[in-house]
Amino acid sequence: MNMMTDAYKRKLDLAEGRVDLSHGAGGRAMRQLIEGIFHEAFDNEWLRAANDQSAFAVSGGRMVMSTDGYVVSPLFFPGGNIGSLAVHGTINDIAMAAARPLYLSASFIIEEGFPLADLKRIADSMGVASREAAVPIITGDTKVVERGNADGVFISTAGVGRVLDGLDLRADAARPRDAVILSGSIGDHGVAVMSNRENLQFDAAIVSDSAPLHTLVAMMAEAGGRHIRLMRDPTRGGIAATLNEIASQSKVGFHIDEEAIPIKPEVAAVCELLGLDPLNVANEGKLVAVTAPEGAEAILAAMRAHPLGREAALIGHVVADDYCFVQMSTSFGGRRIVDWLTGEQLPRIC
Amino acid sequence: MKYIDEYRDGRLAKLIADRIAALADAARSYCLMEFCGGHTHAISRYGLEDLLPANVRMIHGPGCPVCVLPIGRIDAAIALAARPEITLCTYGDLMRVPGTNRSSLLEAKAAGADVRVVYSTLDALRVAETEPEREVVFFAIGFETTTPPTALALKTAIAKGLGNFSVFCNHVVTPAAMHHILESPPVRKLGSIKIDGFIGPAHVSAVIGTKPYELFAEKYCKPVVVAGFEPLDVVQAILMLVRQINDGRHVVENQYIRAVTRHGNDKAQAEVANFFELRESFEWRGLGELPLSGLRLRPQYAAYDAEKRFSMMTPRGKDNPACECGAILRGAKQPAECKLFGAVCTPDTPMGSCMVSSEGACAAQWIYGRFREKAPQANATRVVT
Repeated sequence: MNMMTDAYKRKLDLAEGRVDLSHGAGGRAMRQLIEGIFHEAFDNEWLRAANDQSAFAVSGGRMVMSTDGYVVSPLFFPGGNIGSLAVHGTINDIAMAAARPLYLSASFIIEEGFPLADLKRIADSMGVASREAAVPIITGDTKVVERGNADGVFISTAGVGRVLDGLDLRADAARPRDAVILSGSIGDHGVAVMSNRENLQFDAAIVSDSAPLHTLVAMMAEAGGRHIRLMRDPTRGGIAATLNEIASQSKVGFHIDEEAIPIKPEVAAVCELLGLDPLNVANEGKLVAVTAPEGAEAILAAMRAHPLGREAALIGHVVADDYCFVQMSTSFGGRRIVDWLTGEQLPRIC
Repeated sequence: MKYIDEYRDGRLAKLIADRIAALADAARSYCLMEFCGGHTHAISRYGLEDLLPANVRMIHGPGCPVCVLPIGRIDAAIALAARPEITLCTYGDLMRVPGTNRSSLLEAKAAGADVRVVYSTLDALRVAETEPEREVVFFAIGFETTTPPTALALKTAIAKGLGNFSVFCNHVVTPAAMHHILESPPVRKLGSIKIDGFIGPAHVSAVIGTKPYELFAEKYCKPVVVAGFEPLDVVQAILMLVRQINDGRHVVENQYIRAVTRHGNDKAQAEVANFFELRESFEWRGLGELPLSGLRLRPQYAAYDAEKRFSMMTPRGKDNPACECGAILRGAKQPAECKLFGAVCTPDTPMGSCMVSSEGACAAQWIYGRFREKAPQANATRVVT
C-alpha cells in the first residue's frame, strides 16, 4: 500500500512524533500520515483504490444517511475512545432507522502538536470497531489546524445504510398504549467519561457502554419488526431528552416507572455524588424502542437473547397527553415530570 | 448503595405516610416550610406530595444559596471575570444565574472570560498553584455547609504562600433568613401566611448543630425538625412535625441523628470564625437587605479578599418587577401564582431567583411537578420585559 516515493525520507515517528501543519498541507507529509495511520488502520478495498471518494453499488429499497461530529473530552476513557465512539455513534444513528449500516466516512480535524501515537491509537480502534461491526470506512478527510484551534482531535463520521424490508420508522409514530422498551442500563457512558476527567477519579470501574446496535436491531426486526413504531439511541441528554423528543414529535405523553429502569449501582452512586440525574446522562450503546403493545413481549424476548440487550426492560407506555409530558412513577409511589435538561448538566453545590 | 438505599425504601415511606394520614387531624391544616432547597428538590423529585394527605401542605422556603444570591453580586463577578488577569473559579450552579440584562458567567466565558467550573475549593487552589501567573478568585457562595471548605482553602493558601488566590465571599447564614421570614409583616401581623413548623437543613446543622434553632422554636412557638435530604428523612420529619403540632409542642427535634448533634462541628465552626465575620447587612435576592445575614473575610485576611484586592464594586441589580420571588421565598405565594412562571420564566430563561437553581421552588415545580397545574404555559399571560 506504500504510495510514497523513495525520495521522501522523513519517517512517520509513531512513538514520539507529533502532528504538524505539514500533515495537513496536502503534500507528501499528509499523504504519509493518511497512508501510515488511517489506511493502515481501516484497510479495505475502497481505501486501497485511493480516490477522493468511493463508489459502491446500491441495492433496491430505501436508503438512510446520517452524519455526526465527535468532540468528546477526554479523548480516551474507560471502554473506548473518540475513535470507536465515532464509529459506533454513526452506526447507531443509521440503525435507529431500522437500517443495516453499509459504509462510513471519517473526517479528522487534528490540532497541531497532537501525538502521532495517540492518533494511531484512535485510528486503530476505529479500524477494529468498523471491522467488528462489518461496516467499512471507505472514504475520509484530514485537516490540521494550528495549535489552540482545536482540542486534540475532532472526528466527523457519516454513514449510509439500507432500511430493512417492510420497516418504516417515523418520529411521529408513537401512539397511546404503545410500549416503551429500554435495551439496558442507563448512564454508563456519561459517567465513564466524567470519571476520567481531571480531578474526578473514582474507585469504581465504570466502563462506557459504547457499542454498535445494528445487530440488536436486526434481531428486534426479525422478532416483530412490524410492531416497532420508532427507535432512538439516548445519547446526549439521556433517556429524558429522548422521551421528551419523541413525546413532542408524536404529540403524546409517556408514563414510565422509575423502578423498571435498569441502572448499575456504581453509576447511581457517582450520579448521587455529583448531584446528576442518571435520566439526563449520556449513553452510547443503548436504545429506546416504542412498539405496538401486541409486539412488545416478542421484541423484548429477542432483545434479551442478544448480548447488548440482556437487561432490556419494559419501562412504561405511551399515553394521550396534549401537553406531551413525560411523567414517572417514583419508587416512592409519587409522580413527577421527567424534563429536558436545561443547558449543560452541572453538579449541584449541596 | 449502602447508606443511600436504606433511605429510599418506598414501602417504608408508604407506612410513614399512612401514619401521617392517620395522625393528621382532618379538622385542621398543617403548613410546613422546608427551609432548604435540598428538601424542596427531594420532595419534588420523589413526588412526595402525592404521599401526603391534602391538609398537610409543604411551603418552599428560601434555603437555596444560588436563588438568594442578589443580582448585583452576579454582575460584580461577571465584571471581575472580564479582567484579563483573572481566572474566576466557581461551582457549576452559578454559571447560568442571570445578572442584569440576563447576562451570566456562561455568557462571559463564551465572550472570552477565564471562568472555570470547580467541584471543590481545593480545585480552585490547585489552579492557583499550577498557574502562578494568573490571579485566581474563588466565587464562594452557600450557607453554613459550604463555608468551612472556603475557610479550609484560605488556610491552605496561606500555609502554601499562594499570593495569587483570593475569595469573593458571598456566604450567608441560615438563622437570619428564618428570623426574617418569621418577622416579616405578612407572617407576624397579617397572619396571611400560615407556617406551623419548619424542616431544618441537616447539612447546615452538621456544622452549626441544632441549638441555633431553639430560639425560633421558643420565641415563635414553631416546631423545628432538622432533617436529612433523603426522601425517607423528609417524610419522617413531616411525621415528627405533625406529632408536635398535635401535641401543642414546639421544640427542636433532630431527625438526622446520624450526622447532627446539638452543638455541631466545633472544629469547622472554629475555622469559620477564624476567617469570617458577620456583615452588618447583606442583600438576599427576593428578600432584600437582611441584617447580620452574610459573612465577609476578617480584615487581617484582606489580601485574600477579592472585594478589597480588586476594589470590586457590587452594584445594586434590578429584578424584574413582575417577579414574585420575594413572596414565594417567604411562603406567601406558590410558584404558579406568579404570572411570569412558565411564560417568560422557565429554567431555560430564568427571570427570578426561584427559577435559577434546580433547587429553587419555581424550578423544582417546573421541572418535576408542572403536570399538577396542567401546562401553565398554555394559559399563561405573555409578559413583555
